[in-house]
Amino acid sequence: MGKNHPNVDKYVVSRVRALESLLLEKGVLPPDAVDRVIRRYATDTGPMIGVRAVARAWVNPEYKARLLADPRAALADFGLDFDMLRVVENTPAVHNVVVCTLCSCYPWAVMGLPPTWYKMPAYRSRTVVEPRAVLAEFGLEIPESREIRVWDSSAELRYMVLPERPSGSERMSEAELVPLITRDALIGVADVQLSPRG
Amino acid sequence: MDGVHDLGGMHGFGPVEREANEPTFHEAWEATMYAIMRASLGGGLYNLDEFRHGVERMDPAHYLRSGYYEHWLDGVARVLVEKGVIGQDELDARTEFFSARPDAPAAAAVQAMPATPAEGLKWLAPPSERPATRPPRFDVGDAVITRNIHPTGHTRLPRYARGKRGVIHRRHGSHVFPDSNAHGQGEQPQALYSVRFDARELWGPSAEPNQHVFIDLWEPYLEPGASRG
Repeated sequence: MGKNHPNVDKYVVSRVRALESLLLEKGVLPPDAVDRVIRRYATDTGPMIGVRAVARAWVNPEYKARLLADPRAALADFGLDFDMLRVVENTPAVHNVVVCTLCSCYPWAVMGLPPTWYKMPAYRSRTVVEPRAVLAEFGLEIPESREIRVWDSSAELRYMVLPERPSGSERMSEAELVPLITRDALIGVADVQLSPRG
Repeated sequence: MDGVHDLGGMHGFGPVEREANEPTFHEAWEATMYAIMRASLGGGLYNLDEFRHGVERMDPAHYLRSGYYEHWLDGVARVLVEKGVIGQDELDARTEFFSARPDAPAAAAVQAMPATPAEGLKWLAPPSERPATRPPRFDVGDAVITRNIHPTGHTRLPRYARGKRGVIHRRHGSHVFPDSNAHGQGEQPQALYSVRFDARELWGPSAEPNQHVFIDLWEPYLEPGASRG
């Protein structure tokens, strides 16, 4: 399965079940908790709210200003009450990328659960010291003339990148823009393309 | 603590390996572990800082060999045993039970279900911001230098950013202080700042050009600095 998925010892599976049964017995774990998690993430989530906020920001300058200055108020438009988000904007002069070197902090509330690579040592160790090399592996070449800002999420603030709107999309509506926006663009390891990369 | 979890700037981990069309959970036990963590944190059995410090104290070689949800298993079990929520012996005995009966559902080992079902499953961590008890020491634009500290307990000052010059980029208000909250010493809220570091200050001549790193740091990590970073 490769480095990202070390073969898990049967011991781990048994120990998780042991913990589950003890916490059920002690009334800590709701009996339906595991089912609820599976249900939620079967239908949810992915970066849906984040994607919708970005698409709206691209077509609506007033919303964009609010998303950058007061993310809590901007997210309320999508029915989410979350005051720990900070949105950082990509421009021709600046590219932003998000990492958590100490654990794997990630804006679950707006972007769903993180991909495994975000949680593994290679990304966590390298992004703060050689972001251009890491981004190049993702297919994103950032010239030296463009500043890179790396956001190491060491506290409870959560960072989301507002990517640049792709050129050629000027006539597209908010709804048409949504499917172009990827999770990786919100982390800052991709830009948004008019059509999916081949 | 200067633990294996503090990975920023380390070398030798190779390329970032991605998986196309990755599922949310690769195996059923990962979803179970996720539910256990959400319910026990949401139910107030421990706080987020105690949880993180539980994971940090994993055996370093095991940490690097194992994946994310195994880190959670190790950290959650450690903290729950330390707090007396579960006993090490009963956890070990029950692990043996399920090793012998790998197809048995979790309920198979439950002695008696509680009369009132728990409701602790929460999707979001509780907020960390608190009312400020005193004015923040630093303003946006102030030069600071991070303290060169190596506490053996929990801290959120990454090793690569100690003794480094930076500039206050933004103030975030007052937040629960992990260094005390992880150790039963209360929340002791402190001013939190986004601090900007020039990559050359962090990495010297081997830094990539035209790069800054922004780190959220609590006031006790910072001293006034003389020059701009």
